[in-house]
Amino acid sequence: MRNEEFENEEIEQEVEVESEKERKVVIPGEVIVKGHDYLPGENTEKRGDSIVALRYGLAEEFRGLVKVIPLSGIYTPRRGNVVLGIVSNLTFNGWVIDVGAPDRAFLPLMEVPRFVNKNDIAEVMDIGDAVAVKIWSVKRRSIDLSIKSRGLGKLEDGMIFKINPNKVPRVIGREGSMVSLIKEETGCNITVGQNGYIWIKGEKVEDEILAKNAIMFITERSFVSGLTDKVKEWFDKQK
Amino acid sequence: METFRLTKNRIKDYLSNGKRLDGRDADEFREIVIETGISKKAEGSARVKIGKTEVLVGIKMDVGTPYPDSKDAGNLMVTAELLPLSSDRFESGPPRFEGIELGRITDRGIRESKFIDLKKLCIIEGEKVWNIFIDIYSINDDGNLMDAASIGALVALRDTKIPKYDEKEGKVIFGEWTKDKLPLSKAVPLSCTIHKVGNCLIVDPNREEEDASETRVTLALSDGNVVHSMQKGNEKEFEIEEFNNALDLAEKNYKKLYPLIKKYIE
Repeated sequence: MRNEEFENEEIEQEVEVESEKERKVVIPGEVIVKGHDYLPGENTEKRGDSIVALRYGLAEEFRGLVKVIPLSGIYTPRRGNVVLGIVSNLTFNGWVIDVGAPDRAFLPLMEVPRFVNKNDIAEVMDIGDAVAVKIWSVKRRSIDLSIKSRGLGKLEDGMIFKINPNKVPRVIGREGSMVSLIKEETGCNITVGQNGYIWIKGEKVEDEILAKNAIMFITERSFVSGLTDKVKEWFDKQK
Repeated sequence: METFRLTKNRIKDYLSNGKRLDGRDADEFREIVIETGISKKAEGSARVKIGKTEVLVGIKMDVGTPYPDSKDAGNLMVTAELLPLSSDRFESGPPRFEGIELGRITDRGIRESKFIDLKKLCIIEGEKVWNIFIDIYSINDDGNLMDAASIGALVALRDTKIPKYDEKEGKVIFGEWTKDKLPLSKAVPLSCTIHKVGNCLIVDPNREEEDASETRVTLALSDGNVVHSMQKGNEKEFEIEEFNNALDLAEKNYKKLYPLIKKYIE
């Protein structure tokens, strides 16, 4: 069960925080709250005595910390994220991988746990291959990757599609509840990359399509609360 | 970002059983939505949606001098612009291969079928003729821009009113229109693009299917069986038998598609 552990790691990274409090839709430059009782969190900035949004998204306040959960925009890589990428170039000491971020990411040859002939690294991973990797570090203009954890490496078979990376937390759900529901219902292996790429592999293509449709259903309704129950209903209807 | 090879293989495997990932048949189009007269400034305009794919087509007319080799005929010019907002693959700047090809294919279908009677658009032979500009803009690209652009151009041409022309001054009065419509033929040259994915032929591919497609051919047909233009794209080849099947599919497709857009064209 390589994917079980995999999922748990993702959950630690970015879990959906579902609070009962009301969330407000804000645009960049909009003042969220005024007063000195608040601290600026993710995607916000302090200007004078007010906290201002830097991204378009949902504003949330928790114990004086104000943050914005973005609703659109491209993926910004962070250390520890598991992402799916495509091998875009081979070099003498590793692979250049496109992970859908503004900068190219590099996977060093040393990361492969077995002996690799340096003259033929295409044998391990060739241009165009899909690969699951973890972000090791993000520097000014470059990203370093790792495949040493379990569940990472070249992806064989199955299919990959893209969703809005900002909706990934909803697809994973609280403590992975959503993704395990889909796995249970469809019997597919699913890997959700934080960059919005999702890999699905099932026994039959029909199962994969069902899982894909379920994920599309979730991304279209990312505003709705109690989504897990709605997805359950949706699955019942499909049968 | 390019579609993953894994996904392309899945599409091909599944299609070899005659099925598509979105549940359509090989010869099935997505839902087509057409709107005309969307621009107040243009002589004619149309918005065409095929599933998530969306294009805008506008027609402008102007008076100019004819080309030396066709002194008694109006000029037709088709340009396509693939806007960066429509896909992450398009960048601003001078048009690239895809944009030029899209304009050309649309142009050829309309020109070679003599859909517009350009001879009637001559004002003074050798001196003044009407110029027709067809501008195609992609709003969203989810595959099959070719057919969307073709439908859009035909519908927009039918929507076109000829602007008023001041003969003394020799100027077009923009913003005022006559009641005259463009001289169009009854036979409508509808384009149909057939893609070969694996060993199967499909119409109206979405983005992923278009990426998996190895070769394609665009045919402009009228009356369901008259071929006016043909353009093959991508690097791979068609077998003779496959091409015959493609022709049959195009004919079948015309018969299905034409009734859908008939009311906007007649």
